[in-house]
Amino acid sequence: MAPSSSSAVTLRINGETHTLTVDHRTTLLDALRERLDMTGSKKGCDHGQCGACTVLLDGRRTVSCLQLAVAAEGREITTIEGVADGEQLHPVQQAFLERDGYQCGYCTPGQICSAVAMLAEHEAGWPSAVTGDVRPEAAPPPLSDEEIRERMSGNLCRCGAYVSIVRAVSQAAGTETKAANASGVEARDTEARV
Amino acid sequence: MTTTTPGTAAGSTTAPGAVGTAHTRVEGRDKVTGTARYAGEIPFTELAHGWLVLSTIARGRIRSVDDTTVLAMPGVLTVLHHGNAPRVEGDFTSMIGVPPDPSALLFQHDRVPHVGWPVALVVAETSEQAREAAESLVVHYERETHDVAFRSDHRDDRTNLPTAGDEADVTDKGDMAAELAASPVVVDEEYTTPEEHHTTMEPHAVTARWEDGRLDVVDSNQGTTWVAGELTQLFSLDPASVRVRSEHVGGGFGSKRVRAHQVAAVMAASALERPVRVVLTRRQTFALGGYRSPTAQRLRLGAGTDGRLRALEHDSLNQTSTMDTFVEPSAGATRVMYDAEAHRTANRAVPLDVPTPTFMRAPGEAPGSFALESALDELAERCGIDPIELRVRNEPERGPVSGLPFGSRNLLACFREGAEQFGWAERDPRPGTRREGRWLLGTGTAGASFPSGAVPSTAALTAEPDGSFTTRIAAADIGTGARTALTLVTADALEVPPERVRVRIADSDFGPAMIAGGSMGTRSWAWAVTAAAGELRERLALNADIPPEGITVRSDTTEAIGGLSAKERHSFGAQFAEVAVDTGSGEVRVRRMLGVFAAGRIVNPLTARSQFLGGMTWGLSMALHEEATRDENTGGLVGGDLAGYHIASHADVPSMEAHWVDDPDPDDPVGIKGIGEVGIVGAAAAVANAVWHATGVRHRDLPIRPDRVLSAADGREA
Repeated sequence: MAPSSSSAVTLRINGETHTLTVDHRTTLLDALRERLDMTGSKKGCDHGQCGACTVLLDGRRTVSCLQLAVAAEGREITTIEGVADGEQLHPVQQAFLERDGYQCGYCTPGQICSAVAMLAEHEAGWPSAVTGDVRPEAAPPPLSDEEIRERMSGNLCRCGAYVSIVRAVSQAAGTETKAANASGVEARDTEARV
Repeated sequence: MTTTTPGTAAGSTTAPGAVGTAHTRVEGRDKVTGTARYAGEIPFTELAHGWLVLSTIARGRIRSVDDTTVLAMPGVLTVLHHGNAPRVEGDFTSMIGVPPDPSALLFQHDRVPHVGWPVALVVAETSEQAREAAESLVVHYERETHDVAFRSDHRDDRTNLPTAGDEADVTDKGDMAAELAASPVVVDEEYTTPEEHHTTMEPHAVTARWEDGRLDVVDSNQGTTWVAGELTQLFSLDPASVRVRSEHVGGGFGSKRVRAHQVAAVMAASALERPVRVVLTRRQTFALGGYRSPTAQRLRLGAGTDGRLRALEHDSLNQTSTMDTFVEPSAGATRVMYDAEAHRTANRAVPLDVPTPTFMRAPGEAPGSFALESALDELAERCGIDPIELRVRNEPERGPVSGLPFGSRNLLACFREGAEQFGWAERDPRPGTRREGRWLLGTGTAGASFPSGAVPSTAALTAEPDGSFTTRIAAADIGTGARTALTLVTADALEVPPERVRVRIADSDFGPAMIAGGSMGTRSWAWAVTAAAGELRERLALNADIPPEGITVRSDTTEAIGGLSAKERHSFGAQFAEVAVDTGSGEVRVRRMLGVFAAGRIVNPLTARSQFLGGMTWGLSMALHEEATRDENTGGLVGGDLAGYHIASHADVPSMEAHWVDDPDPDDPVGIKGIGEVGIVGAAAAVANAVWHATGVRHRDLPIRPDRVLSAADGREA
């Protein structure tokens, strides 16, 4: 290969430094999956349409399939492999597990990374398309199910686990609504043993 | 310690134990931490990457593949096409009784039957090199006139085709013309559903290699026995020399069987003598992953003013390819749901220059129930009878076509329970009368059914020296929770806590087993596991000492399942939906959905609820969003990706609940019926019926797009 078609890059991923030589065409997603054996970030469409490859760049959610690896140098990259605190699951991960916020699991890393960053965005006061009061001085809106759904809509799930994902995110945020808890048969039947 | 006490009777729903109690997924931690590895994610040394090249014409032949330039590109190892590929054998039927998908007969001739037909595979050292070379490959075609336009009045339809289940394609009893003429109330309407795609979140992926004289395939599929069997036949191999594994599968829904990519990977691995991985791009999955055919369905219902059916006719047409006939059995639901003096059903297909359609979640029942349950709602309206009462009046005692008794049929219990929880009694039946700001509100309901079956399977259970147990079965967990369900079933069958059970699945070396399909996986596998557990307990009762290699017993349910009496065996359900329709913008929003199901004994309420809700979400998506559009000029899809093909997203899915009534199957050792598909059935009809209730306009063509709502509001045809 001609020397000009690849470069050495240094990537900061989950607090660790990785130096590797990449083909300039390599996306961050492919660098993670094919070069660094970090396959937690998933390739669902490779076009930024599904959200399965969502990672955090300096804390902001990003679809890694639309990010070239060479352009991620100097950024703090957090992938699903770096969300937990050692053996201790992140509250969002724990809630996905308990609430069955997944089925096949393929969109799950993207959903979880997206939810972690989304909760931070909300806490920072960012409005969404369904937020009523969007004045800069307004307090963050209550994290209703509608707010969660709107803010998570960049992450597709074909198994149709949305209802349980919203429940999981709500649980992790500590804002689970009374209505969500009190839905009769389903709440009784699904009190899970973990 | 191994317990050896005799257990309670199999099939009892009162036995305390793991089955029936909510358990989180045994592989859950791997899935939420990203450590669960899917087929394209398992490392191999010396791995080469294959990239498929697909045709750009819809019909014709390949004149030449100019591979010289591409072979000189960096990293390129080989280019396979019809001029140099090995022959494969395609004249067989697989374990589920169907021939191989036509795309599996890869590179065997120069004919091009549709846009997106695989014409070459480029293999290179890296995926970037393979992709660039594949996109640089020049293929010359001789183009012929094509026809991809599916119409209900298409002339060249083929009738009396056998369907996958050997079911007669046409059923007919009574005098249809006479009963219709004698019916004071008649509904005669056509309903259409569009081409729909599975869009599993994980695109199809496979790695193939030769290892110690065996073909070793790591794949994403719905059944390792099925895939191993097809590859064995295609490449004329010794069955013992093929191993297929599929540990984690990122969704299936009917699309993950042997298709072009596995065959390409095996061909390349054989030619290069190194592991080769082929992963479909998202766009390629729209051409090569299968899809649900569009349907045009005519329903003719004749009834007395009391709503009792005298005539019921359901005629369905779908498209198939020029290579193989796939019948979408949409009229099948009518053979189960309702009876009439004159009763006729027909499934027909018309061949076009398109990819071969295939099974997609509730094949037949999903589009068929939209037409049938919409027509029932129209009949209720015209008779002035509540839609649920109409179904009560038309509840059959035996199978309308077969005359067989039902194993159990708790459809009306689902409607009763659902009506109470949904608040149906307060519903004003008049359409177009409820307004909330710019929104018109309405509610709708529909019935659901899906066949329940079991297919012979084998399982191996091992009592380990440390007091634990290992179940080995070639099951597949495509997101259903099968691995967890089988852990609970094993635990109860052995009367041990689930923590002492380890279930290993998705390896063809474990022996033949049913696929994850037809809502029959968990039932078939649980039967095999239960049978093995019974024998293992007997063995352990005789011999307390477990040798270091453990004690293993194997089961085969062929005889037991063969002894089942002929009955109408189905899961049932009742769907409810509330919608808001903005007739200014044409937007339809589902506000809430409720499904109540009678679907056998529920093994794991936590994951079962997810299955039902997933199916209902598919129904919502089918009602409002999903539609693949073919360009008649090019013959290809317009926007065949996840931006162009819309599936429901978070913001589309509102409050949604799934409940179930007690309905154990008395003829199944565990009481299971199957739950994977019934959740989608009837859901789109419930939404469409709610849109009528909101607006007073019937939508007989899916999806109910904003432009269709606007046309209806303008008084034009919906």
